[in-house]
Amino acid sequence: MTAPLGLYVPGDSVLHRLPPGAKLLGLIAAAVVSHWISTPARVGAAVALVVLLFAAARIPARVAFDQVRGLLLLVVVLGAFQWIVAGPSKAVVVVGVLAVLIALASLVTLTTRTTDLLETVVRTCGPLRRTGVDPERIGLMLALGIRSVSVVAGLAGEIREAQLARGVRPGVRTFAVPLLVRSLRHADALGEALVARGVDD
Amino acid sequence: MTTIEFNGVSHSYTTAGTTKQVLRDIDLCLDERRVGVIGANGSGKSTFARMLNALVVPTSGRVRVDGLDTAREARAIRRRVGFCFTNPDSQIVMPTVAEDVAFSLRRHRLGRTETAARVAATLAAYGLAGHADHPAHLLSGGQKQLLALAAVMVTEPDLLVLDEPTTLLDLPNSRRVRAAISALDAQVVAITHDLDLLADFDRVLVVHEGRICYDSTPADAIAHYKKLWR
Repeated sequence: MTAPLGLYVPGDSVLHRLPPGAKLLGLIAAAVVSHWISTPARVGAAVALVVLLFAAARIPARVAFDQVRGLLLLVVVLGAFQWIVAGPSKAVVVVGVLAVLIALASLVTLTTRTTDLLETVVRTCGPLRRTGVDPERIGLMLALGIRSVSVVAGLAGEIREAQLARGVRPGVRTFAVPLLVRSLRHADALGEALVARGVDD
Repeated sequence: MTTIEFNGVSHSYTTAGTTKQVLRDIDLCLDERRVGVIGANGSGKSTFARMLNALVVPTSGRVRVDGLDTAREARAIRRRVGFCFTNPDSQIVMPTVAEDVAFSLRRHRLGRTETAARVAATLAAYGLAGHADHPAHLLSGGQKQLLALAAVMVTEPDLLVLDEPTTLLDLPNSRRVRAAISALDAQVVAITHDLDLLADFDRVLVVHEGRICYDSTPADAIAHYKKLWR
C-alpha cells in the first residue's frame, strides 16, 4: 500500500516539534531560495539537504519514496522536454528544483497534524476577518484539499479496477469522465455532510 | 425525549421538467427512544430522514423538532440532531481519525486539553482508541462507520438520525455497528434495510410510495412490509 500525500507520521523529532508556522515559513523561504539553484551541483546539494531533513524527521524510506513516486511521470515528461529544448543541465535543474520543493512540502504535512496546520492558517488569516473573509473557511478548504487527495486517488483506483474487470481499454475519456462524475457526486455528498456537521454555524 | 412533529408534510422536486412527488401528506408525532423507518428503495425514507436534521425542508407542511421549525431554525436543530450517512466516506472530513472527531467539536470552542480528552474518550467508547493517528480512509468499512458515529456522538446530540448505517457493511462489521447503536443513550431514528437492527426498537414506520403506510411495533411493521413485497 502506498502512503498518500498529507499522511501525518506521528513522531517526536525536531521537525515534529517545530511550530507549524515556522515550517510553513521555511517552505516559503525554500521556494524563494530555489531561484538560486541554477546548476546540477547545487541541485545535488539541495537533494542531499532534503534527504538529511527526512532522516532527521525519522520518516521511513518507503513513506518518503511514496511522496515523489506519483510524480515520476511528470518528472520524466518535464525532464525529457527540458532536455530537448534547453539541454541536459537545464533539465536536471528544473526537475530537481520541482522535486525538492514537492518533497519539502510533503515533509511539512508528514510532520504536522492537519489540525495544527489549520490552526496556524486560521490564526494567520485572522486579520482578513475585517475584510469579510472567514479564516475558518480558508482552513476548512485546506483540510478538504488534503483529504481529497486520498479520496480522488481511491476513486481512480476503483475506476481502473472496474475497467480492467470489464475489459475496457484504458483511455483518457473512459477514465476521466467517470472520475469527474464520481468526484462531483462525492463533493455533493460531502457538502451535505458538512452542513449536517454544522459547518455553517 | 425529543419530540418530532410532521404536520401535513409533502415534498416534491423537479428535474428535467418532471416533478417527482417524494413524500405525501405525512402527519405524525415521534417521541419514542428508538424509531425505525423501513421501505423499498426510492420510497422516500432518506428524504424523511433528512427532514429531521433540516437538510431537506418540505415543499408543503411543517416539520418541528422540539418545537423548532426546520424551515426557520435549521442551525439550532442541527445542534440537537446528529446525522449519520450511509457512506461514511462522504462524512469524513479530516485526514486522521482523531482529527475527524475533533472537527465536530470546533463550534464548541473548547480548549485543547478538553477537546483532546473528549476525543480520546469517544474513540475509546467506539473501539477506535488504537487508531487515533491512523489515516481515516485506510480504516475498514465497519471502522469507518464507527468513526462516523463517533464523530457525531462526540457532540452529545439529543437525537441521532441514521440513514442506512449498516447497508455497506459485512456481517461482523454490521454486528459491531448494531451493538454500538444499541448502546447509545441518545434517542435514535434509523432508516434501514437491516430488519435485525429493529429488534429492540419501540416503533417502526413503513414508507411506501411516499406515504407512511404502516406504523406499529417492529414485529408487526416488518410483517406488513414483507406482505407488501410478497
